[in-house]
Amino acid sequence: MGIDIQQAQKNVPEDFPGQVIPAGNGGNIVVTSFDKIINWSRSNSLWPLTFGTSCCAIEMRQTGAARHDWSRFGFEVARATPRQADMIVIAGTIVNKMAPVLRRLYEQIADPKYVVAMGACAISGGPFFYNSYSVVKGADHIIPVDVYVPGCPPRPEALLYGIMQLQKKIRASSMKDESKSLEEFDKGL
Amino acid sequence: MDSEALKKQIAGWEPTTEFVEEGSQYLNAIVSPPQLKALALKLREDEATHFNFMFSLTCVDYPEHMMMVYHLRSLNHKHEMVLKVKIDDRENPVVDTLCDIWRTAEYLEREVYDLFGVKFNNHPDLRRILLDDDWKGYPLRKDYVDPINIVSY
Repeated sequence: MGIDIQQAQKNVPEDFPGQVIPAGNGGNIVVTSFDKIINWSRSNSLWPLTFGTSCCAIEMRQTGAARHDWSRFGFEVARATPRQADMIVIAGTIVNKMAPVLRRLYEQIADPKYVVAMGACAISGGPFFYNSYSVVKGADHIIPVDVYVPGCPPRPEALLYGIMQLQKKIRASSMKDESKSLEEFDKGL
Repeated sequence: MDSEALKKQIAGWEPTTEFVEEGSQYLNAIVSPPQLKALALKLREDEATHFNFMFSLTCVDYPEHMMMVYHLRSLNHKHEMVLKVKIDDRENPVVDTLCDIWRTAEYLEREVYDLFGVKFNNHPDLRRILLDDDWKGYPLRKDYVDPINIVSY
C-alpha cells in the first residue's frame, strides 16, 4: 500500500519553512534548518505585553478586536506580566516618570524580545517634542526599538503592517547573530 | 439666577468685586485674595446662590500677576459662574484654601501648587501631587526654564 506523498503535502501550510516527507508508518520526517523552524514559530506566536500609556492604546485594542483581529498573525495572547510576553507595543506617550517603569518591564521580558514604537509620541515625543518638561523625546532613548509605526495615532491597518514588518525581521534573523545587550544599547553601539 | 441677579447679589456682599462677561459663557467675578474665603463661603451657603459643586479649579500665569480660577455650579439652581482671584505677588503667590468649602479643592489645589507654586493657607496636605518631591521650580510658569528636558524653537 503506497503513501500518497502529494496528498500529505497538501496538509502542510504553504509558508511552512521546510519539507515534510511521510515516513511510511503514519509519521512524518521534516527536513529544515533550526533557523528556519525557530524563526517561523517565533514570528507566528508573538505575545504582546498589556501596555498602553495613552490614545494609541485605544487603536491597539481596536487592532486586537474583532474587525482587525491581530490574532490572525499570532498576536492574540496579550499578557499582563512581562515574564510571559515576547514583545511590547509602546502605545502612547512616555513621560519621565514612566521611563524607568518601561525600562524595567523591558528588562523583565525573556529573550528574544521585540519592541514596536507605535505613534508619534513613542517615536519622537510627537506633539510634545517642543516646550515639554515631562515627555521623553522618543522611547528609543530608553529601550531599543525594532519597528516604528508612524501616525497620531496610527490606524489599525498601520499597526498590522508594523507587526508584519516585525515578523519579516524575525524571519530574516539567525541564531548566529549575536543579540545586543542593553549595556551595549546604552553605550550607543 | 441669571448673570444680572448673580452680579447684584455678589456686589451686595463684596462691593469692590470686578465683573467681566465679555468673551465668556459665564459671569466672571474677580476679587482680591483677602476677600476670597468669605465670599466663597457665602456663595456656597446662601440659599439664593447655593454653589454646591466646584467643577474646575486652575490657575493662569500672567506677566504681572497670578490668577486663580474657580468654576462653580449650583446643582439645584442650575446656574454657573467663575470666581477669579487676582494675586499681585507673582513670585510668591499666597491664597486661602477652599478645600474646607469644596472638598475637591484639596487635590486640585495640590496640583496648582505643584505646577504654579501657589501656596494655599490652611491646606491640610500641601505637597507635590504629580511631579517628584524633589522637583525644582514650577513648570507651568511662563518663566520656567529646563535646558535638559525642554526643546524650544
